[in-house]
Order: sequence, then C-alpha cells, then structure tokens
Amino acid sequence: MIEGIELQHILIVTTLMFFIGVYGFLVRRNLITILMASELILNSVSINFVVFNKYLYPDALQGYMFAIFVIAIAAAEAAVAIAIIINVYRRFKSVNVENVHEMKY
Amino acid sequence: MDFTYTLAIILLPLVTFLTIGLLDKSMPNKLAGVLGTASIGTSFLLACYTAYQYFFVYGMVDGVYQKIIAYHITWLKFTDTLHIDLGVILDPISVMMLLVVTTVSLMVHIYSNGYMHGERGFNKFFSFLSLFSFSMLGLVVATNLFQMYIFWELVGVSSFLLIGYYYEKPSAVAASKKAFITTRFADLGFLIGILLLSWYTGTFDFVQLTQTSAIGTLESPAIATMGGISFMGLSVISWALILIFMGGAGKSAMFPLHIWLPDAMEGPTPVSALIHAATMVVAGVFLVARLFPIYAIAAPDALTVVMWVGAFSSLFAAIIACTQYDIKRVLAFSTMSQIGYMMLALGVSKYGGENGLGFTASMFHLTTHAMFKALLFLGAGSIIHAVHSNSMLDMGGLRKYMPITFITFGIAWLAICGFPGLSGFFSKDEILVAAMQNNTPVFIIAVVVAGLTAFYMSRLFFSVFFGKETKYHHTPHESPKTMTIPLMVLAFFAIFAGYIPFSKFVTSDGAAFATHFHWNVAIPVTLIAFIGMGIAYVLYFKESTIPTKVTKALKGVYTTIYNKFYIDEIYLFVTKKILFNIVARSIAWFDRHVIDATMNGFATVTNYVSNSIKGLQSGQVQKYGLVFLMGALTFALIFIYLVTK
Amino acid sequence: MNVIIFYILAAVILVCSVLTVTSRKILRAATALMFTLIATAGLYFLLQVNFLAAVQLMIYAGGIVVLIVFSILLTHHMEHQFDLAEPKKAIPAALAAIAGTVICISTVLQFDFTSRLAEQTTAPDVKLFGRAFLNYGEGGYVLPFEVISILLLAAMVAAIMIAKKNKQ
Repeated sequence: MIEGIELQHILIVTTLMFFIGVYGFLVRRNLITILMASELILNSVSINFVVFNKYLYPDALQGYMFAIFVIAIAAAEAAVAIAIIINVYRRFKSVNVENVHEMKY
Repeated sequence: MDFTYTLAIILLPLVTFLTIGLLDKSMPNKLAGVLGTASIGTSFLLACYTAYQYFFVYGMVDGVYQKIIAYHITWLKFTDTLHIDLGVILDPISVMMLLVVTTVSLMVHIYSNGYMHGERGFNKFFSFLSLFSFSMLGLVVATNLFQMYIFWELVGVSSFLLIGYYYEKPSAVAASKKAFITTRFADLGFLIGILLLSWYTGTFDFVQLTQTSAIGTLESPAIATMGGISFMGLSVISWALILIFMGGAGKSAMFPLHIWLPDAMEGPTPVSALIHAATMVVAGVFLVARLFPIYAIAAPDALTVVMWVGAFSSLFAAIIACTQYDIKRVLAFSTMSQIGYMMLALGVSKYGGENGLGFTASMFHLTTHAMFKALLFLGAGSIIHAVHSNSMLDMGGLRKYMPITFITFGIAWLAICGFPGLSGFFSKDEILVAAMQNNTPVFIIAVVVAGLTAFYMSRLFFSVFFGKETKYHHTPHESPKTMTIPLMVLAFFAIFAGYIPFSKFVTSDGAAFATHFHWNVAIPVTLIAFIGMGIAYVLYFKESTIPTKVTKALKGVYTTIYNKFYIDEIYLFVTKKILFNIVARSIAWFDRHVIDATMNGFATVTNYVSNSIKGLQSGQVQKYGLVFLMGALTFALIFIYLVTK
Repeated sequence: MNVIIFYILAAVILVCSVLTVTSRKILRAATALMFTLIATAGLYFLLQVNFLAAVQLMIYAGGIVVLIVFSILLTHHMEHQFDLAEPKKAIPAALAAIAGTVICISTVLQFDFTSRLAEQTTAPDVKLFGRAFLNYGEGGYVLPFEVISILLLAAMVAAIMIAKKNKQ
C-alpha cells in the first residue's frame, strides 16, 4: 500500500495502459509493434493483480504469484512469437500483417 | 440321440460354395465338379443316415413322430420370448425334404459334370449350385419362421444367379430379374405375414407355434386371440396366414404370381431340374405344410384360399401347357400345374389322423413329382444337348438316336400321367381321394387336370421321340455317361417311389394311419388319363394334319392360350402404362419440382448469403480483434448496466 | 514523497505507453516500451514487492526487450519510418479503446473499495516466495512452478524449431 494513494488511482493508470495497448494492437501494422502492444496489455494486467493483492488481501500471495507467472508466460510467448515473426519474414519478406492474409475466404 | 451331425448336411455345400467360389479360376474345372459332387454326395449319405435314424430308430415316441431340435443357437435376442434363432429341426417333413433335396441335387450335380462340360463359367456354375443346395437345405430344416425367411431369400438369390447364368444373353438377364422381382414382391407379403403372426404370438418358433394338444387344438393361446380379432371380414390369423401363403405362392409360381417360372427356363437345364422343378418351387408347399396345424385348426379360411389358388393354377397351367412348343416351357407349366395339385391337396386336408390324408398326399406327391419332374427336365436337357434347340418343332423321331434318354423319359412320362404301378399313379390317387372326400368341385378340377396332364405330356413325348422324321444338321447322339446315369437313377425312383408307405411316416399330426386304395377313384381317373394319352397318340404319334386343323378351328381361343392368357401383357400394362406412366411419373415430377426445388432453394439461399458475407473473413487479424473487442465491450455493458440492475 | 514518486511513475508509464504504440520509428517504440516496463518495476518497488520488481526488471526490461530489439535488428532497416496509421483503421480502434476505457474507469470508480481495504501486516520477502514456490502442502505452488518450467522449455524448443531454416 502506498501511503496517500488510493486503489482507484492505480487502477485508472493500468486501465489507460491496457487500452493504449489495445489501440496499438488494433492499429499497428508491424508484427513486432503488435507484439509490443500485447506486452503492454499483459503488463497492465499483472500490475492489477499485484495491486489488488496488496490493497485488499495483504496476507495472501496469489496476486504476486499470478504476476510472476504472467511474466514467465510472457517470456515464453515472446520467444515463440519472435521465432514466428522471423519465419514469416523469411517467407513473405515482410513483417506487415496486411501482407499476411493467407487465411482469407 | 445326438443329431448334431445333421448340421454337416447343410454346412458342407456352404463350404464347397466358398471354396469353389473363392478359388474360382485357379481351380481346374474337373476338380470343381468332383468337389461339388462329392460334397453333395456326402450330404446325401448323411441325409439317408438321418432319415434311417429318425424314421426307424429314434423319431417315434408313443406312436407319434416327434419334432427334434438337433441344433440350436440364439442369434438375435429381442426379448426373453421373442428371439431369432438358427437351428436344425427334424420332423417328418423336414427329413423327407432333406432326402428329396439331396437326392435331386446329387443327381443334378453328376449330370452337370457332363452337361456343362466346356462351359466358360463351369466353376461358377458349381459354386452357385452349392450355394443353392445350402440355402434350400437351410430352408427345410429351419426351426423358426425368421430363419426360414432368411434362407428363403437366399434361395431366391441363388435362383436369380442361376437363371441369369448366361448373362450375355439379354433374355436370360431379363428372366432372372423378372424371377427375382416377382418372388421378392411376393416375399413382401410373407414378411408382413411373419410380423403379424409374431406380433400376436410373440414367437417365431415353429415348435411353439404348431404345438397341439391331445384334443387337436392349438396350445398357443395367442393364436386363439388372433382368431377373435377380425379385419375386413377375416380374422387376423387368417390374414397373417394368407400373407404368408402369398410368399409361398410367389416361390411356387401359383397364379397370379406364376409369370416368372416359364421365363426362368432361360437358365441351364440342370438348374431348371433342380430349382424350378424339384426343390425351390415346392418351398411354398413346404411352407404351408410347415404351418399346417395353424392353417387347418385356426384359419380354415386361409386354407380355403390355398385350395382354390392351387386348383385354379393347376387347371390354368395345364391348359397353357397343351399349346406350348418350347419343350422346357411345357415342363415349366406342367410343374406349375403339379404344384397346384399339391396346394390343392393341402387345401382339402384337415388336421389329424385320416382326415389329414390330403397333407400326406401332398407331401407324397411332392416327393414323387420331384423325382419324375427332375428326370423329365434332365431328359429334356439331354435332348437339347443333342439337338441344340428348345423347340419341339425341331425334334422328332429321336428314339432311334437316344435310346437311354428315350426309355428314362418314357418312364417319367408314364409316371406323371399316372400310369398304374408307377409313382405318380399312387400319389395322384391319394390326392384325388382326399379331394373327393372333402370338396367335389375341386375334385372335378383335379380329374380334368389329370386328363390334360396325360394329354400334353403325351403330346410332348410323341412329338419328340416319334412323329415326323426331322432332318438334323448332324446326327443326334446319346449323351455321355455322366448324364445318362442320373437319368437311370431317377428313373428307378420314378418307378418305385410310389411304393413308400407315406402315411406311415409323414402325416399331419405325426401319428401313422393306414391308407386304402380306392379303386372307385383310381379306375376312372386312369381311364381319363388313357383317353388323354390316346388323343395325343392320334394327333402326334405320326405326322398328321389334324393338330393344325384343330388350331385353325379354335383360332381365337388357341391364340389366347398360346399367349398364356395374356397374363404377362396384363402385368406389363399395369406396370408400364399405369405404374410407370401415371403414378411414377407424377411422383417423379413432385420429387423433381417440389422436393428437389426446395432443397435447391435452400442451397441457393445459403450460397447467396455466404457469398455476400464472406468479406468478413478477410484474413486480417486486426479486424477480427476489433470485432472481438466490440463484442466483449457489448457484453460488459450488458452485464454491468442491464443484468445487475 | 510516495505520492509524488507515484505520479511521476504513472506519468512515465502513460507517456511511454502512448509512445510505444504511436512512434513511427520502431527502435524508438522499443525503447519507450522498455521505459514503461522499468517504470512498472518502480511501481512494484513502491508497493514494497521487491522480489517481483526485480523479476520484472530482469525478465521484462532485460530479457524480452532485448529479444524484441534483436528481432527488430534482424528484420528492419534502422532508418525505416512507418506510415501514419490510416484514419479508416485508427478511428474505429480509437473509439473502441475509448469506449472500453470509459466503461472500465466508470466501473472502477463506482465500486466501493474502501470498505474492503485491509491493514498491511508485513511486506512479502524473497524467503516467503521461495517457500511458497517449493511448498507442496496447502497453498503451495510447486505444481504450477514445475508446469511453467516445462512450458518455458517447450517454448524454447519450439522457438528453435520454428525459426530454424528448412534444409530443403
């Protein structure tokens, strides 16, 4: 608990961060920047976990644990995603999502 | 006594069928012939042994022949009482049929070795013969209606295969289709009958169905109930049995389901002898005999139907037979007529003791007829083999060229005409006695048919072996030994089968009774037969112009009869003109323009809609993401502002 | 003091987030992302969850950002500038994001958190996390811990498999 800061303030910050991430996810064309936007989303959520744990259930550990696991999974996800991006780049000579639409009707 | 070995009688031909059928061309023809003949020969010996064991050693208990279940497995169990079994039942008629079928089948197998020699599908022919023998034997030992129905259909299939044996010939193909479809149509009635009967009685089992008590009533209470329920003026049990008889009439070529039998002569002659003279066509008679206690006790109406159908078919076929020129067709109509005789005998019979004379007579005639009719067909085959034609017009004076065929054929001819001392004489006499005792109109018909039979058989015999001197392309010669030996064996049976005291063995209730020879029937009927033979002698023994004069004088009548009373044409008219043109065409129109159109409409609408919305599937991840987000937000709104308040 | 630091961190987080998703140069975007993540770690320090803050710094700010920079180097020219987002795409996305923000923030503000606040006892230290991770009794995390380690291993193998050049 941060003295003088209310829970809602932090939540407003993370909400903003989350939707900035969402905006980036929907607008960016480059696969790597989309990946970055999704990191923002993940990050905002893990802050939420920590903050709820800290403010509402200080004796428990679940929130922190979730945050740690989110970080671990984000690492795994980033590794695989980047491998895929490199492969896509090799195949299409581009990492632009609009060029990758093999799954069209 | 363990009768399980009887299973081998049935399974041996099946094994042979599979062996020859699977190896087919990789097996030498000679080996296939020998194998087929040996297996049916073994079956024949086993059947003889069974008959000895059954009739003379173990079958009779307290003066009554018992029904012995020799082998039995439960195959499909629906409920505790209703199940379809497979098994072997031994009772007088099934043992008798085992003997008849294996005898004729063995003779036909031996004969075919010579007759089919050098044919392309020799092995195929023998495998089909074995299949047929298996099916027919399975049919006669069936322990329940459903097993009988299964083998009934198998018999139909093998008949179909064998009629269509010369499948390059369009007429053979047409004939096999006709036979199959006609009998199949009749079997629909059979199936409905089986279902009706089993619905009320809750069983398919023959033993349970035909169980009778000491006072000559059926023990199954359900049948009495069925007798109580009436439908369109007849009790349900009568309906069920009439429908079952419809199946029998189809297989036994009774009017009006007889149209397939003359055409079935397209098959090889040994097939005609085996299937369409001696065994399969009497399956209908056997079926009625099998269910005879129910017919006689619970449904006399149905038995009356059997009687009149039999009597009419018998007369009808005999009249047509007088005009035909194709030697095999004459025999086919003769077969139909004689089967009508058997049906008629069953129809006039009652259940139990001496009242069951008709039943015994029918079974007796079935046996003797199988022998002499098979002989006639095999003899005809021998003639056709020598002359290479089916038409009586191409034959004449053959007695000089084919002495053995001449003598054996002559014996069969005398037997079917009812010449005193030969087998046909005795069995026919019993039928006539039974008819006289019970129903005078039917008796008169039977006597007329006896005269007609003598006439047309003599006509056939005289014009083939005597008559005009015909010029042949090459001199006809006697057939090989493999063909003449069966003729001689069957001739032996045709003479002596009549001396079997049938009423001691095969009776409606299993108890033996004594028959007396009725001179008052035998003498006039024999005289009538002689008159028939005499007329034929005058007309056909020497070349004469009288037959042509007679046909000219009776032109209209003659043409009608020659064309088999136009029954085929009526069928064609009904199916082609009415069913195909009017009914089927309108239904087809409905199918095409209403049902198909509806379905096409669905397809078109679906196609149109999917074409117009396929743009949504753009392959752009971000568009999907946007839509997903909007959906999620909408749900969030719904839950927050609508659900919680 | 805490309040001021929090507002500074919050400002860094928001500004850098916006930069991450709007910057026209990709390396700049990656740098902004790194600052966002570091500021998040600072937030964790402020919340006295030191272990988590350290993990955040090492894995996120250290590992993942470096990975992203690597991939940028492999696939881009440094001087390449992105086009501005086309309005056809940006406007609906922005509207959706704003709508989402409004819904979430209004929900957060309406919810009564004050009555649920609990008193802080002790700040969790590394020892506590360590015991929790390896505890297989009640409240222990040994199973998820092992599962995530297998996941990491699998991801590593998968990454190699995917990125490997095909021999053909």
